[in-house]
Amino acid sequence: MARKLPATDVVIVGLGWTGAILAHELTASGLNVVAIERGPWRDTASDFPPAYAQDELRYHIRHDLFLRPAQVTMTFRNNVSQTALPIRSWGSFMPPNGVGGGGVHWNAETWRFQPSDFQLKTHLTQRYGEKFLPADMTIQDWGVSYDELEPCYDKFEYLCGTSGKAGNLKGQIQAGGNPFEGFRSREYPTPPQKQPYGPTLFAQAATEMGYKPFPQPSGNLSQAYTNPLGVTLGPCTYCGFCEWFGCGNYSKASPQTTILPVLVRRPNFEARTQCEVLKINLDKSGKRATGVTYIDSSGNEWEQPADLVLLCAFQLFNVHLLLLSGIGKPYDPGSGAGVIGRNYSYQVTSSVDAYFDDKIFNPFIASGAIGMCIDEFNGDNFDHGPHGFVGGGYLGAVQTNGRPLQSTRVPKGTPRWGLEWKQAVAKNYLRSYQAVTHGSCYSYRDAYCDLDPTYTDRFGRKLMRITFDFHENELKMSQYITDRLAEVVQKMGPRHFEKKPRAGHYDITVYQTTHTCGGAIMGTDPKSSALNRYLQSWDVPNLFVMGATAFPQNAGYNPTDTVGALAYWGADAIVNQYLKSPGPLVQA
Amino acid sequence: MTMRTLMSLAVAACTISAISARSAEDGQAYEKIERGRYLAVVGDCISCHTAPGGKPFAGGAALETPFGTLLGPNITPDVATGIGSWTEEDFWRTLHEGIGKNGKRLYPAMPYPAYTKVTREDASAIWAYLSTLEPVRNEVRANQLEFPFNLRRPATSTWDLINFRPSMFRPDPTKSETWNRGAYLVEGLGHCGTCHTPKNITGGDRDREALQGALLQDWYAPDVTPDLRTGIGSWSAEDIVRYLKTGANSFDIASGPMAEVVANSTSHMTDADLSAIATYLKDNAPRNATAVAALSAQDRRMVAGKAIYEDRCAPCHDASGMGIPSLFPRLANAPLVQSADPTSLIRVVLIGNRAGATAAAPTAPAMPPFGWNLSDQEIADVLTYVRNAWGNAALPVQAADVTKLRDRLQRNAGGGG
Amino acid sequence: MVAEEIRLAAKSPSAAGVSRRELLLTTAITLIFSATSAWALDVKGSLPWPPNAGTPPTPVQPGPWVYFTAEEATAIEALVDRLIPPDPQTPGGKDAGCAVFIDRQLAGAYGKAEGLYMRGPFVDGTPQQGDQSPLTPAARYRQGLAALDKYCRATYAGKSFAELADNDKDKLLSGLEKGDVGLEGANARGFFELLLQNTQEGFFADPVYGGNRNMLAWKMIGYPGARYDYRDWVERHNEHYPLPPVSIGGRPDWVRKAG
Repeated sequence: MARKLPATDVVIVGLGWTGAILAHELTASGLNVVAIERGPWRDTASDFPPAYAQDELRYHIRHDLFLRPAQVTMTFRNNVSQTALPIRSWGSFMPPNGVGGGGVHWNAETWRFQPSDFQLKTHLTQRYGEKFLPADMTIQDWGVSYDELEPCYDKFEYLCGTSGKAGNLKGQIQAGGNPFEGFRSREYPTPPQKQPYGPTLFAQAATEMGYKPFPQPSGNLSQAYTNPLGVTLGPCTYCGFCEWFGCGNYSKASPQTTILPVLVRRPNFEARTQCEVLKINLDKSGKRATGVTYIDSSGNEWEQPADLVLLCAFQLFNVHLLLLSGIGKPYDPGSGAGVIGRNYSYQVTSSVDAYFDDKIFNPFIASGAIGMCIDEFNGDNFDHGPHGFVGGGYLGAVQTNGRPLQSTRVPKGTPRWGLEWKQAVAKNYLRSYQAVTHGSCYSYRDAYCDLDPTYTDRFGRKLMRITFDFHENELKMSQYITDRLAEVVQKMGPRHFEKKPRAGHYDITVYQTTHTCGGAIMGTDPKSSALNRYLQSWDVPNLFVMGATAFPQNAGYNPTDTVGALAYWGADAIVNQYLKSPGPLVQA
Repeated sequence: MTMRTLMSLAVAACTISAISARSAEDGQAYEKIERGRYLAVVGDCISCHTAPGGKPFAGGAALETPFGTLLGPNITPDVATGIGSWTEEDFWRTLHEGIGKNGKRLYPAMPYPAYTKVTREDASAIWAYLSTLEPVRNEVRANQLEFPFNLRRPATSTWDLINFRPSMFRPDPTKSETWNRGAYLVEGLGHCGTCHTPKNITGGDRDREALQGALLQDWYAPDVTPDLRTGIGSWSAEDIVRYLKTGANSFDIASGPMAEVVANSTSHMTDADLSAIATYLKDNAPRNATAVAALSAQDRRMVAGKAIYEDRCAPCHDASGMGIPSLFPRLANAPLVQSADPTSLIRVVLIGNRAGATAAAPTAPAMPPFGWNLSDQEIADVLTYVRNAWGNAALPVQAADVTKLRDRLQRNAGGGG
Repeated sequence: MVAEEIRLAAKSPSAAGVSRRELLLTTAITLIFSATSAWALDVKGSLPWPPNAGTPPTPVQPGPWVYFTAEEATAIEALVDRLIPPDPQTPGGKDAGCAVFIDRQLAGAYGKAEGLYMRGPFVDGTPQQGDQSPLTPAARYRQGLAALDKYCRATYAGKSFAELADNDKDKLLSGLEKGDVGLEGANARGFFELLLQNTQEGFFADPVYGGNRNMLAWKMIGYPGARYDYRDWVERHNEHYPLPPVSIGGRPDWVRKAG
């Protein structure tokens, strides 16, 4: 039996990037905010100091900073004909846990989506015709435009101190930046990071081939930076422990290094950690959220009433909580009706591994977001007409790490163990290089989330079931852009290289990326979206849902910059519209 | 709303509610009360008279002294448990002579050796302000000093004979008004010497060594004379003002007890008063510490210390020792690093530390502990390196000193103080 | 009794800022929490930080086997030394400490599958759905090693794995890897994959966990270990990085030279 706590103005579920941004914006407008976080408080010096933050076994192999599947997991199947089985140990993606969320252990690649990504259905239909798209593809427009989001992107990047070089300043193409990006109202807050050998060679090769390489925008900072909140970040030291790891020297943008020091000082803010929200409560009409029920780590249940509920957990858990709370109509792939669980999507990554005799790459001198990239094959930057697929991705030499358990690679045909393996590892560690593609993943009628009929979590709640596989469009895309990448890599002069395009069924056991998307998407029509263009629930207007949950499909870029921009977009709508007149901001 | 600290909010809330409750008769009274409120901030009364999480000025904060632990009393106007039955004269004697109501002599943990220089007018304003506080019923337990210090009367009166004369602040006519204001604040209400002036065996100030640095609660309150190596000689007046105002400047970030002083007191002071403090401190007599020659880079302690520093310290403080303003304190040519007493350095390496935060410098970075990883010898060597690299010069740190502090900190953590 | 006070104070319109009542209120909530919850943390006002904050790793100490029996340990040492054999430059898995590493891992949280989802029903699925075994890693080793021993003694005239010639050992391992050799009462391929994965973990993980002795695997490939600052080296292209590796525990140069 839950004990009832005093009401607050706002309750936030999850204190990661979006929870911290919303809490900051709403406390600034005077509201009382309580953030409830399932995981522990996390702090640089206490949880990942540079004395043991660089522990590959603990953080990468044993998943120390992530949620434990024993707490909650999902079940998975490739298609509706299979029986979904639980993900017993994380593989393909790494659900975050604790204050800071994924912002603690991301690589900090900070990309904007393109203007056309936000009007994807309209744009592709206009250019190629409706018939060009696969029949079961369910891509949609977002209901918000790039121009509307631009100030929000800007705000998030200036919060983070993002290091990069603009390619398009107010419509003027800039040398050295990404000429394909949407306009920026101003230059990046800090200059690009330095580039090691591999990216430098890649950029030379790409330039010779007529491409326009540019430094990847990075949330690992090229220099010390004090953000508009007054919080200071340090310079990245290229230690090579970003993704999977917390940053030990305050140089990676995270809620810890940009917002939390200011947020905790606000007297109208409070965070409760190690408290797991069980459901969002509704009143009798089912049209109004009354707050949340959560359980603390001692097993006590509490009801936290609130006037406004903000779902700010990781994408998968936002969808799970909506399903468990009975908010919105669950999606049915048979009829195509329903919105919760609809348009679950992912990311399509691939690589080209190259082996050299005469070059030393020092792969350990790394940052999660250094690298030189080209964007000629992303989004709709090239004519898809001859190729028979839509979508694309960026290609690049992105030197994220040289950690030996993850990054000792050997040429194809080498045994996986024994003397020959050992000698191949010793020979190739410094002399091999992996270039990557990072591609879009569009949405389909049969890729979705719902509640599993069999498996439950430790509280007896039904697990969420993911039904997902790659489609031919995405596999063709991956093959095409991996071929283009291989051409650049070949020009770098390796003795040998191997193309590794994405192929076959989606495999839940192999790490690809944590860019899961969709499931409660934003849009213009309550029949095909769970949220309106302000991330407000169509069904429960005092509920807003943040994060990649809202992406109708995924673009060929890392999602965090867009997640941050959407958080500011939603916060602005709440402060400047909703508070003045609580109710639906868009009439259905 | 703007960002303010909880504490200052609480102070503001008390002021407003109290004033409206007692309805200030006229603007003059209001002005006096407001001035009193400001002076109470300058005197940092709240730090010692507020328990952690307790109501402002209602007492209960534990003050560790070399002779035992004292509790700051309740100074809200509650008749039974506070100073509600006191007169302004009682208050004046307390500040000026260290004698409380009913003639009780106070322990000098109450900094009356400094407060004695507070003017009658300022004392009156503080009294006026304290009188407007909401009375809080909070019985603060009696002082708990060990024999013979628990015999308050005879022990402290003897102490006073040796260490204390009531006196007034006398302006130096050869100095500017700003300088004199600074002197008044530093020596009087600001009571900087309470922490920064070395003490004699009975705990009294060694006046000739005023502000030259002293040890308390396993922190070393550094030399704040204009000595170039160990003091603030290389800081400009602006650097000092910035430090006191925000808790951080391009050299250092306040931490430990000083972070509290900045948060509760100096960050709320006017720029004029902070400038006055800086002017006075810069013009004070330097410590003139005996010259120390830097150890040779080839010294084996330096060689080992450099290896540790580059592997573990450089990722934040930089191989050059230059740090990052407002984030990682600078070690090269840093006074605290070259202090005669390395206690604070050993302490933060052993158990880590969190810097203070203010609205202007909110980052509050933390230094991780290294005591779990580095031996006493390794800590001594890395600190010896830090104290003698990049132009620094200071006596080497001994492993035995690390051992002693490690034991003491462990005991304190285990025994709960 | 606090509850009434709380309810009265809670719904104040907050646009004007925070009232003293609300401060009282938050104090009351903190009390409720501290009284009932040992772990949940209520954060407000400032960033939490206790002295000695952190959870550094506990270094593996040399000494007797913790999880393995003596017989199991002999087999594991022989196995890791074939998966990563010694060569003139670098010791093999055994001398690198891989068996010690695996022993300590199995005795700890990893061996117990702590944190993994271990609720049933346990049903085999497609390879894409991942491992669905109800066994913990520790149990898989116990089972796998017993089955391997049985297989060896039956196939090689009563000899244990450790007693086989290197050629036979390698042949057997290949058979397990390819699925040509089955083990009675154990998943042969699954056991091989687990063993290979853990052996490589022991070889390359920080020495604090018992393997990678003296950082020998890092030296073998030219990895400088748990370093955290390469600023001076980012733009020095195609050059060998000159500094020796450092582990979480440190490196020999941290200890001052005698004399």
